[in-house]
This record gives sequence, structure tokens and C-alpha cells, in this order.
Amino acid sequence: MNKIAKLFITLISALTLTLSSVTSSFAKVEGDMIVLGSAISLTGKYSSNGVHTQNGYNMAVDRINKMGGVKVGGKSYKFEIIYYDDESNPKRAAQLAERLIKQDGVHYMLGPYSSGLTKAIAPVTEKYKIPMVEANGASRSLFTKGYKYLFAVLSPANQYLEVAIDLAVEKNGGKPVKIAQAFEQDAFSQDVRLGILDAAKRTGSKIIIDDKLPKELNDMAATLAKVKATKPDVLVVSGHTKGALTAIRQISEMKVDVPMLAMTHCDAAKLSKQHGKNSEYALCASQWHKNLSYKDKFFGGGKKYDKDFKKEFGYAPPYQSAESSAALLVFKDAFERANSFDRDKVRDALKATDMQTFYGNIKFGPGGQNVAKPMILFQVRCKGDVCENKVVAPTKWASDKFFHPIPKWSERS
Amino acid sequence: MDFLIFQVPMLMVQASMDGILLGILFALIAYGMALQWGVMNIINIAQGDLVILGGYIAYTMYLAGIHPAWGVIVSPIIMYFVGWALYKLVINKVVDRDLFISILATFGIAIVFQQLMNFIFGADVVVAQSGYGTTMLFDNSVTLPNSKIFSAFISLVYAIALVVYMKKSRLGRAIRATAQNARAAKILGVDTEKVYAATFGINAALCGIAGALISITLTLHPYVGLPYTVRSFMIVIVAGLGNLPAVAISGMGLGLFEEFADYILGTEFRIGAVFMLLVFILVYRRFKLSKKREYLK
Repeated sequence: MNKIAKLFITLISALTLTLSSVTSSFAKVEGDMIVLGSAISLTGKYSSNGVHTQNGYNMAVDRINKMGGVKVGGKSYKFEIIYYDDESNPKRAAQLAERLIKQDGVHYMLGPYSSGLTKAIAPVTEKYKIPMVEANGASRSLFTKGYKYLFAVLSPANQYLEVAIDLAVEKNGGKPVKIAQAFEQDAFSQDVRLGILDAAKRTGSKIIIDDKLPKELNDMAATLAKVKATKPDVLVVSGHTKGALTAIRQISEMKVDVPMLAMTHCDAAKLSKQHGKNSEYALCASQWHKNLSYKDKFFGGGKKYDKDFKKEFGYAPPYQSAESSAALLVFKDAFERANSFDRDKVRDALKATDMQTFYGNIKFGPGGQNVAKPMILFQVRCKGDVCENKVVAPTKWASDKFFHPIPKWSERS
Repeated sequence: MDFLIFQVPMLMVQASMDGILLGILFALIAYGMALQWGVMNIINIAQGDLVILGGYIAYTMYLAGIHPAWGVIVSPIIMYFVGWALYKLVINKVVDRDLFISILATFGIAIVFQQLMNFIFGADVVVAQSGYGTTMLFDNSVTLPNSKIFSAFISLVYAIALVVYMKKSRLGRAIRATAQNARAAKILGVDTEKVYAATFGINAALCGIAGALISITLTLHPYVGLPYTVRSFMIVIVAGLGNLPAVAISGMGLGLFEEFADYILGTEFRIGAVFMLLVFILVYRRFKLSKKREYLK
């Protein structure tokens, strides 16, 4: 009797196991739902940008679903996203990617926030041959590993501030410049640094200060004192929001005069809001700005996106949200062109993507990075106490002229 | 390696001033740690997170339109009660236990605080503006933010006030008695439970002051507490418990060490150098102690 009972239990559990694995392998498309998965930082140090990313995804999902969904094989499907909180922790993100793929049976992934986390997830999606469109991992090293299932809608990190060096050289009458730079020691910022090194080599410019900032750092007085002593033509700082805020605080307090200041993450740091006039003339790299003239039929243009996003979430969309929304437009386009849910067909369709979205043109290079969209530079300009980000490069979209050199502190009111 | 600092003498002055001003602030945090370590034999890993919480109190005031410098008065008052509540909730259960248990407990508190701050204030880096301007010396070649001078001054004022309070007041004497010998103090009628709660509260209040000062001199973020814990831990190890002048001097020494490490080794080794120094000091102390022990044998 006992033996029979045991056998029975074994049989039942075997059956449930088989069934569960069978259901999960169909879970990619349930009924008229295309299920996408994403591990995203809802808690931990990246949580604010994680939420921007999630809002961007959600906004696009709603919009696409409302406007007829995704048409595959004559049937209309809707997007749905399964989110897990990765706690801003790369290990956790990799585990969650496994879970999304193996347990939830997700066959298409959206990227997490930050290069570090994307780096943790990419080997997993690659192993299971899951196409992932990511919008927030710009590190160059993501695109040199030969990943076949990774597609990024954004420009790689090394392009962020290269343009700024070109601008500096141009303003210097085409002659090489002296560069001082301080970069945080993380994948993203170090890639921005590589871009600067390339630009310096190309233009024959010299790097006279090359500091690396530890991630716990909130004091860069030493770097700035060196800048004061050596008088470079351009100071480049990249260390996420903390780097941007610390730099402006201490540059203004120590009255560091430098003709040009180029940074990243000004948007996320709400630089002009937190530091007001002290942040004026800072030059910032951005993936997107609402004034760009790109268009698509879902969001219209940048300004319309900005308006709709504000209405829905109550704040102006940072570029992290815009690029995340663009990721879903790419997926929709690829599904429709593949006209199938076969992963490899979708992957090939992604590979062949060549489209315009409100966020910019998207076309993937051999490593999966977006090669069709230039980075833009904006400069913080103030009128009275109100400061705004004005696009100054590339010239095609420039709303204002690039102000150079930055006036000395003694001449600034 | 970079020897620019030796070529430009003004950089040396700048580094020294920056180091000393920052060091005084560290010393204030370290003094709180020394006090509670001496009295309760607890190493508070959450020290840095209490500092950051204090900073967020000042930042909240700043958002409400009040000048953040008032934080140096409001923040310690609120933080005193936070510390007191923490003692009643958690610390009183581990105060008589082994050091390891209290380290674990405060480590847990640190994680909870980080997540709470992240939840309440968000993961964005924030700053409060004091608008204090800058003092320029030697024809503008050395610049000292007035906010840093202000913070060093306030730290000194509070530190001196605390020393006087510990010497003169009834509670101060009770705290010192408990630190010397808790059992004897208890027998002589000191309510050690109350003393412990007050000590933890005072420590949190000191962290609150330091946090308010950090909000106007540096930046705030829910996850930057740990470096403050490590720094104060190190200052205390060097200075010993309950010796304020030593704490102040070793605080300034640490500030100087950090600045010079930054200039010479490079910014990337700044925090690393602090950790290295910690290891070095611990090894050295152990070495000295073992020699003493041999002698005793």
C-alpha cells in the first residue's frame, strides 16, 4: 500500500513538473499577450533611474496597446511586461533574468537600468538565446563581446563627450587643447574616458590631469585644486549624478576658472534645479532632448512625448525614459517585420532594424549598438534665476549658440 | 603617483586647509562613536547612516525654505530621539552581549536605515545650498568654501560644549561613571539603563549635527554612510576612547592624510588609502600589544 502511495505521489509530481514546463514554454505569447520580461532597479542606489526606465517602458506599452497593438500573422497582440526588482545589484539581476527565462518562460527581454546591470544580464540572455532590447546600458564593452541577442537603442558611452573635445579644439582655432579629466571608476564612466582618450589622440590634445574617482567619493577638492594650478582648456567630469553635483558645488565654491566644463548626467542630477546659477555654462552630454525633430506615429515628436509623459507621471521625462520607450517601438517593429514569434526570426528582424522614432534613428551596428543616432550636447543657460538646458551641438538641432569661454568667477554675478 | 603638489606650494596649503577643516568634522562623528563605544562597548556600524539621516533632516528643512544651517540645531534634537528609540528597540537587547552581536545588530540597523532613506528621500544625490560664498587667500590661489569653515567651527563649538557637559552635569558624570565601571555605578545608584539610552541619543545627536554640516559642504545619498563609519572607527582606534583632544587631533590627522593621499596617489586611492591605514594601524597595535603580553608572561 505504502509503495503504491509513493509511486502515486511520484507520478503526480512528475506530471505536474512536465505540465509546468510545457506551460512555461508557451508563456512567451499568452492568448493575445506578448510577454516581455525585465529586471529593473526599483530599490537600491539606481532606484530613481530604474523608475524612469520603468515609466518609459510602461508609457510605450500603453501607447502601443491603445493604438492597435502588434500585428503578427494577421492577429493583433498586446504587450505585457513582467518586472522584478533587482535591488540595483548585478548578481540579483542575473538571477532574475534566469528566473524570467526559465520559470516565467519569457522569450523576449527588455534591459535593466545601467551598464553594470546590463553587463550582468547579457550573458544570461545570450546563453538562452533570448533577444534583449536594452535602453540603458551604454558601456562600450557590451558591444565588443560579440553578443548576438543584445540590441541597444542608445549611443555607446565612448561617444558621450567626444564631441565636446572636438568643440574645444574648434574653439581653440583648430589647435590641440589641454584636457583635465576626472572619471568615476565604473564601467560607464571609464568608457566615457576611453572616448576622450580617442578624441585627444585624434586631435593631438594632451591630457594633463587624469583622475579616477572612487564610487564613495563626494569630495573632489584635490582634483579641482590641481585644475586651478595647471589651467587646462577643458575639464571633463563623469561620475553619474553624484559626480555632476559634487563637481558643480566645488567648482563654484573653490572658484575654479576653466574655459569649458563638460559633463554627463546633468539631466538626472537636475543640475540647474539643484545648483541654479552656479551650474550655468556647464556642457552636458545627452542621448535625447525634447527639441530634436525626430518623429514617429506613436508619440509624435519629442515635444509631444514630453507633454504626454508629464501628464501621465507628473515630471518631465529624462532621456532615460525616452530611450526606454523607444525600446518597445523597436520590439513592435521587429515582431511585425518578422511576422512570427520564432525567436531567431525576431532576432534577425531586430538585426535589420532601420527606423525613426521620436527618440532618434535606430539602426544596429555589428555589436548591437545604435549607430544611427548622434549624441547631443546641451549647455545650461540662465535668465535671471531660471536655468534651462539649451541644445548647442550638433548644429542641426542647436537652439542656441555654444557659449565659450566660460566667464571667470570674478566676473560672474 | 603625482608630485604636482610638491611643485606648486600653494597646493600644499590648500590640501592642508581642506584636510584640517574636514578632519574636524570627522572628529565630531568619531567622538560620538568613542563615547558610546566607551560607555556601552558597542561598535556602531550604523554611525555613518545616522550621519546621513541627520543630513536629510537638514535637507528637508532646506526644501521647506528654511536655511539648512539651522539643521545644526534641529537635526540633533530629532536625532537624539531617533537614537533613544533605537536604543529602546534594539540596542538594549544586545548591550550586555558580546561585541560581535552588537556589530551584527548595528549592521542590520545600517541596512534598514539605508533602505528607509532610499524609500523616503529617493536615490537621487542631493545637496542643500548654504549660499555662504568663499574665502580666498593668497591672491585667489587658495580657496576655502565658507561652508567648510562654518562646519569646522560648529563642530568645535559642539565638541567643547559636550566636554563641559560631560564634566559638569549630573548625567555627564553618570555617563563617565558607567564608562569606568558599569557595575559599580549601578551599585552606587546610577540608572545605567537610562545612561545607556542617553549615550546612544547623544551619539545620534552628534551624528545629526555632522550630517547637517555635510548637507551644506558635501553631498547626500542614502548609501554613502559607510565611509563615515570607517573613518570614525579609525580615528577612535588611533585616539582611544574618551579622550577628546586625541580624537580631534587624530581626526585632523586623518583629514590631512586623506587629502595628501588624494594628491599624491591619485583620487582613486583616497578611500583606499584610509582602509590601508586602518589595516596598518590594527596590525601595528596588535604587534605592540603582543610584545607587551610577552613581557607580562
